[in-house]
Amino acid sequence: MAAYQLVVNGVARTVEAQPDTPLLWILRDTLNLPGTKYGCGRGLCGSCTIHFNGAPLRSCMLPVAAAEGAAITTIEGLSPGGLNPLQEAWCEHDVPQCGYCQAGQIMTAAALLRDRPDPTDAEIDEALAGNLCRCGTHVRIRAAVKAAALRLQQEASA
Amino acid sequence: MNPASTPLTRRDFIRVGSLAGGGFVLSLALPGALGQPAGALDDTARIFTPSPFIKITPEGIITILAKNPETGQGVKTSLPMIVAEELDADFSTIVIEQAGLRDDVGAQFAGGSRSTPDNYLLLRRAGATARAMLIAAAAQTWNVRTGELTTENGRVIHTASGRSLSYGELATTAATLPIPDERNVRLKDESEFRVLGSRVGGVDNPAIVTGAALFGIDQRLPGMVYAAYEKCPVFGGRVIRANLEEIKALPGVLDAFIIEGTTDITGLLPGVAIVADSTWSAFSAKAKLRVEWDERAAAGHSSAAYAAQAADLARGRGAQLRHDGDVDAAFASAAKTVEADYFYPFLNHATLEPQGCTAWAKDGGIEFWTTSQTPGPGRDLVANTFNLPKEKLKLNLVRAGGGFGRRLRNDYMVEVAAIALRVNAPVKLTWTREDDMRHCFFRPAGFHHLRGAVDASGRLSAWHNHFVTFGYHSTQSPAPSAGMSPDELPARFIPNYRLEQSLISTIVPTGPLRAPGSNGLAFVMQGFIDELAHAAGRDPVEFRLELLGEDRLVPPTGGRGVPYDTGRMKGVIRLAAEKSGWGQPLPKGEGRGVAFHFSHQGYVAMVARVAVSPAGVLQVKHVTVATDVGPIINLSGAENQIQGSVIDGLSMAWFQEITYERGRTVQSNFHDYPLLRLGDAPEIGVHFLQSDNPPTGLGEPGYPVVPPAICNAIFAACGKRIRSLPITKNDLRWS
Ligand code: FES
Ligand code: FES
Repeated sequence: MAAYQLVVNGVARTVEAQPDTPLLWILRDTLNLPGTKYGCGRGLCGSCTIHFNGAPLRSCMLPVAAAEGAAITTIEGLSPGGLNPLQEAWCEHDVPQCGYCQAGQIMTAAALLRDRPDPTDAEIDEALAGNLCRCGTHVRIRAAVKAAALRLQQEASA
Repeated sequence: MNPASTPLTRRDFIRVGSLAGGGFVLSLALPGALGQPAGALDDTARIFTPSPFIKITPEGIITILAKNPETGQGVKTSLPMIVAEELDADFSTIVIEQAGLRDDVGAQFAGGSRSTPDNYLLLRRAGATARAMLIAAAAQTWNVRTGELTTENGRVIHTASGRSLSYGELATTAATLPIPDERNVRLKDESEFRVLGSRVGGVDNPAIVTGAALFGIDQRLPGMVYAAYEKCPVFGGRVIRANLEEIKALPGVLDAFIIEGTTDITGLLPGVAIVADSTWSAFSAKAKLRVEWDERAAAGHSSAAYAAQAADLARGRGAQLRHDGDVDAAFASAAKTVEADYFYPFLNHATLEPQGCTAWAKDGGIEFWTTSQTPGPGRDLVANTFNLPKEKLKLNLVRAGGGFGRRLRNDYMVEVAAIALRVNAPVKLTWTREDDMRHCFFRPAGFHHLRGAVDASGRLSAWHNHFVTFGYHSTQSPAPSAGMSPDELPARFIPNYRLEQSLISTIVPTGPLRAPGSNGLAFVMQGFIDELAHAAGRDPVEFRLELLGEDRLVPPTGGRGVPYDTGRMKGVIRLAAEKSGWGQPLPKGEGRGVAFHFSHQGYVAMVARVAVSPAGVLQVKHVTVATDVGPIINLSGAENQIQGSVIDGLSMAWFQEITYERGRTVQSNFHDYPLLRLGDAPEIGVHFLQSDNPPTGLGEPGYPVVPPAICNAIFAACGKRIRSLPITKNDLRWS
């Protein structure tokens, strides 16, 4: 066991853990942030996507020891002031079925829109290729990302 | 979850707003987590509760109970919509409360696409009864006749005097009135519907998109410990010994022990339990487990051995399940005949949330937080396995990260119960993805040796199928979900039909997966019908319409089951053909394929348009689905189910296969059991033919048509006939 200093959703946290513990389980079990999901534990499904210094990352593949000092954002901290345009679009398009993959989808999409405010279909497909949805909400995910991008552009130009 | 980091939504606002007025809504927001029954703090005399489904407080908070388990099929939204419709309340202001397992709301399960048909009238009557009582309360208050009163959006209105009262204002009076016989309560005419048929977003969406603790795996209790459970990789194998002392010494591990289990393959299987201070401690200790298993059951059980047995069996005669007309004579006089072997593989449900359960054994009983699709049978299984009285078992139903039939079985419930009974604390059991991939009630594979004939007029005249399937430790009766109805198409629709069946004995546990039976059979039937249409030189749509014949109800053989309404089926075939541009020219290398199937009382037809490059790369461009399940409850949810069925069917047809070697599952995670990626998803056109038949469910019937429509389109595109799934095993190159 060792102590690690993390910055999660803007808050400094100290956690005791084995160094190889994936950040995913620190978030879920230690910090009580269960929005980040376990789907495969092997970097294959994207359910556990968080932002690591702003970039999307599979938290199941990141040992806690490697997370020290980074700015970590989880779905719970994505938009603390209210729903952001992606989350709103997700509700308006009624994207979820079971909903289990959706936090990971939104985290990946949020990182995409930060880099590419006006993504092409191919860029959306590419960015989200590693986020699996077992229920098959694919066409709604695409539509919601596009709607959110449009809203962000309108806000930017307004 | 840190409440401060969670944005408030309108629905949350209602919860929080009412929190200030009384405690009961707190227990709604955290169902069962405080161990506090929802009604404990209610001032029952003031609150109008005409049935378990509806609760209206004087403050105007309307709560509707969502009775069935929510696995992503949308019933937590759609069933309360039915109540709200007849209640005549604004759905967006209603608080939805997820029911636990209880005894006063009818059967609570998520399976067979039964939630809608089983509950439609029950829930309409519940809503209408409450509305009638609120009207009676207003009539009493104003001293007017009930006939002068109407309702709208949660208010009773007396148009003549311009007065109105909200349901909340009427709640306390309504609570004093006798509950009328619900059979005498008038139901709305469908033309009056405001809620049903509209688009309503899932009631949990705001919580889902903000990462709230909703799912089975998110449950958390004070002092909770975490468990993992290792079972024998060979189905039915037992534990001989394990390095328990070494495991117990690992960091974070609190306990490790062998569970003997039972011989019930759907119950508590033998294994090694590890209890730890976190999920990761349990998982990493599990990776270091060394177990000596009794693997004697494994011998001879592999996919290769099954395929060889199937080929042998298909050459002989099977048990005859049906013989109509004279098949041999029809073949002798046929203009064209086709012979083919079809195969579909074993499948895993692969719910994105792996199996698991949370339980707390205390006071001689156990409380569960379960994602079961069949909580009643889950409770029975626990009661029988541990000899506990049912009354001592409390089940909270928690949102599941996917079901697809996997959670119709309750193995994870008895596993967590066995651990909870030993551990003096609440315990959460989580399966690893690898556990979930290897231990399943798999969709059984099937082999079909087919012969078909068309006569001189180009009509389908004879069909002979030797179906080789599986029996669980048996060559006498099919394993769960491995059987085939002798009514399966084209039986009953052609004069000469023979079905034979042979069984391979397997140790693989099988069970229902979304549209069980149909999900494999439709591929075979609709694929082979397509082959025969082409052999006859006929248009595949026309050939199918002709097969169905005149509009009529075709009764099930022997009177068991539901009749087949050919008019409804032809209606959706024509609609899918029309919407897809059937018959219009396509570039070289592209093609359309059609398929139809009736299951779970739903009539579904699909046309797929695909492109296959000369190098053999498949692209699914567009899918058109036409469905008749009667009136639609929630248009958004219904479309989502069909879109999801298409994607699911594509994953299945294109990539998925479970295989076995030495009595164990080969695949372990999503790298060797893929799901369709976003970029491979086609555009999907969803069309509902809203006939005035009673509404039926949509979770399943959209799934079986997908593989045959795709494979028939591949044939149209490049001339390659897919007779064996998944598609990736086939060479699609052409020139
Ligand atoms: S759980 Fe991390 S990618 Fe699947
Ligand atoms: S909504 Fe269920 S996995 Fe995506």
